[in-house]
Amino acid sequence: MENIQEMEKQIAALKAQMDGFDAKVTENKLSMIVFSGDLDKALAAFIIGTGAVAMGMEVVMFFTFWGIPILRAPDKEGKGKDMMSKMFGWMLPKGASKLKLSKMNMGGVGTAMMQSLMKKKNVASLEQMIELAAELEVKIYVCEMSMGLMGFTREEMIDYPGLTYCGVAKFLEEAMNSKVQLFL
Amino acid sequence: MSDSIKEDKTIDLKGLPCPMPVVKVNKGIKQVDVGQVLKAIASDPGALTDFPAWAKTSGNEILKTDQEGDDIIFYIKRLK
Repeated sequence: MENIQEMEKQIAALKAQMDGFDAKVTENKLSMIVFSGDLDKALAAFIIGTGAVAMGMEVVMFFTFWGIPILRAPDKEGKGKDMMSKMFGWMLPKGASKLKLSKMNMGGVGTAMMQSLMKKKNVASLEQMIELAAELEVKIYVCEMSMGLMGFTREEMIDYPGLTYCGVAKFLEEAMNSKVQLFL
Repeated sequence: MSDSIKEDKTIDLKGLPCPMPVVKVNKGIKQVDVGQVLKAIASDPGALTDFPAWAKTSGNEILKTDQEGDDIIFYIKRLK
């Protein structure tokens, strides 16, 4: 009788452990933080992201800080902004087509040269890569705190399917369950 | 000559640089049935290392790789 009770206890303990394992299982997922707002780094982020989908992975990209302007729509305006928010809006690139290279920008000449080279060599533009990401169901999260800090509003962001605003906990939840995590 | 391998579908990836060849081959393989063979013609030399990596990870099999001039030709069997 005592033996059975002991065994039941052990089984219960094992079950509790198994539940813990379930929560720890990593998914075939890539979680990426896009912190940078440079053209070259944003391109790298989307190339890795779309490539990962091709490799059979689920992909989530978190845009924060300088990465947020990548997702601004060139033809939309935010409403009811204060002076500081407007200034951020003017000083930061309005969308993927306005980003600059992190090196060799040379007052815009370098970036223009790179863009014409990319066209010549058939390399997809950043806007095309964002469209491809949407088609491949790459999930995009945007940091709510950075949005507020820089004074960006939701109505000035691109129409991206399933775009979600979140905080650090959402990223960490995804990162904890991801095989690969990157910070760009 | 491609020995006895017969493709069920062909996709042209010529002139496409990274990441398009893998993105498109991954799409293309879903357009053939399991057990069928996809022929993919790429020109990006990176595909020579990328396609085996993609096949291994996605669980498909590269039956044969040919090079004709600038063309790199893969015969890929869909396994799942």
